[in-house]
Amino acid sequence: MTATLIWILAVLVAVGLYLSWTAGRLDRLHARIDAARAALDAQLLRRASVAQELATSGVLDPAASIVLYEAAHAARQAEEELREVAESELSQALRAVFADAQQVDALREAPGGEAAADELAEAVRRVPMARRFHNDAVGAARRLREHRKVRWFRLAGHAPFPLAFEMDDESPAALVERAA
Amino acid sequence: MRIGIVCPYSWDVPGGVQFHIRDLAEYFVRLGHEVSVLAPADDDTPLPPYVVSAGRAVPVPYNGSVARLNFGFLSAARVRRWLHEGAFDVIHIHEPTSPSLGLLTCWAAQGPIVATFHTSNPRSRAMIAAYSILQAALEKISARIAVSEYARRTLVEHLGGDAVVIPNGVDVGFFADAAPRPEWQGDTIGFIGRIDEPRKGLPVLMRALPTVLAARPQTRLLVAGRGDEEEAVESLPKELRSRVEFLGMISDEDKARLLRSVDLYVAPNTGGESFGIILVEAMSAGAPVLASDLDAFAQVLDQGAAGELFPNEDADALAAAAVRLLADPERRAVLRERGSAHVRRFDWSTVGADILSVYETVTAGAAAVATDDRATRLRARFGLARD
Repeated sequence: MTATLIWILAVLVAVGLYLSWTAGRLDRLHARIDAARAALDAQLLRRASVAQELATSGVLDPAASIVLYEAAHAARQAEEELREVAESELSQALRAVFADAQQVDALREAPGGEAAADELAEAVRRVPMARRFHNDAVGAARRLREHRKVRWFRLAGHAPFPLAFEMDDESPAALVERAA
Repeated sequence: MRIGIVCPYSWDVPGGVQFHIRDLAEYFVRLGHEVSVLAPADDDTPLPPYVVSAGRAVPVPYNGSVARLNFGFLSAARVRRWLHEGAFDVIHIHEPTSPSLGLLTCWAAQGPIVATFHTSNPRSRAMIAAYSILQAALEKISARIAVSEYARRTLVEHLGGDAVVIPNGVDVGFFADAAPRPEWQGDTIGFIGRIDEPRKGLPVLMRALPTVLAARPQTRLLVAGRGDEEEAVESLPKELRSRVEFLGMISDEDKARLLRSVDLYVAPNTGGESFGIILVEAMSAGAPVLASDLDAFAQVLDQGAAGELFPNEDADALAAAAVRLLADPERRAVLRERGSAHVRRFDWSTVGADILSVYETVTAGAAAVATDDRATRLRARFGLARD
């Protein structure tokens, strides 16, 4: 009788430890998503700021300046649910403005243009990077949260179900082509 | 930035991953970062100042061959001490799925962890069995890097998640500036790689050689690499064997000079490649490249624009392409030019900057790397801790 009780107790303790370990894993994943999301926000903001700075610098022609300013402004001001669309539109605007290598060359020749072009190239290169790391973390958390043990024992608590950040983040080829 | 790099394979044994880590560490040191590399090494091997030994690797049978790995209590303790003393801003683990230092570090650390996946091995049975344990450790990695689009695809299929692609780096200048050696010039074909490893493809090249020599008898094949030379030429008719010269193991300098000297570099590998650093080195040295059409090779050669491809294991196609190229100096000049332009993206200045941007992306706003004490704390709670 006592032996059975001890066995039941041992199993319960083991299950408890396993669940606590899984909850810890999930907690760490949520922390990783938060950090990745903060990094993504920082990179997106940086890209929009550099684009806006370029648009107001007078280096670009007026039409390009307006297109770029509009898109960068919209991306910075976008509300959370419209953010992905606004950021995608900024990517499209950047691709349209820097469609050909001549525009990039003209930018580099302007005073201070070299540094601005490098900064923009750096920013547009890091956005896809940060987004991939974020979505990778989201995918890992989702896979774990869909598991039975997590759903049955509600190990995720009140944390919202993580969502991937989907956007068009293709860089303007002429800008990141560093062999040039 | 304080950077900790973990090398899973013995520092004393030369290999692609080790060279990659050495060059990466030296690149960061030149930029003024503080770098520490944790690597398995024999206690009496001289190590560069930035390498910390994690003890001797133990040869064990793993995944069909004998691998030298580090595991067990002692290695885990060394990993913890290294993490604790290093106080790194970011750690960069190479090959985190091999049961060695990389995996141990994943277990022991928390904070910004970057990992590079070099090989694209199909999932092994051991990995499927250990999947949940592996997954728990791999979940800690904040940023994954794959060395090629091909490696990324296998990674996504086998482990889920995603990775950015950053190719392996090459010191392009070192190869481009090497001086050719006259005795290696004049209708020469180059091959570098283990002679006795069939996946490096020397047998395919040997089958193609008679056709090449029939069309161009003055051609010589220069083979650099370890292995049994007698056995390698066995399939060749006796009178042709003198056209093959074996150079044995050669130094980095001689490798660069060999690649500078040959008229054609042939890479007949039949599989098991996830990147193809040798092709980048050949292109850096200005050698026209003819390679088998493995996924990884096709990508490095820009789908055939920077070097020619032939159907894998097809000796006749290899022979035909080699004869055509050797007879066509203009086509070779075009390939040289395209190759030299194409390799700039693989230069350390580009690759290193990309890896540094990954570090900066994951460290922005994050706390530094620390040891993961959850397990220890749990033990302490139950009064089981050792100290």
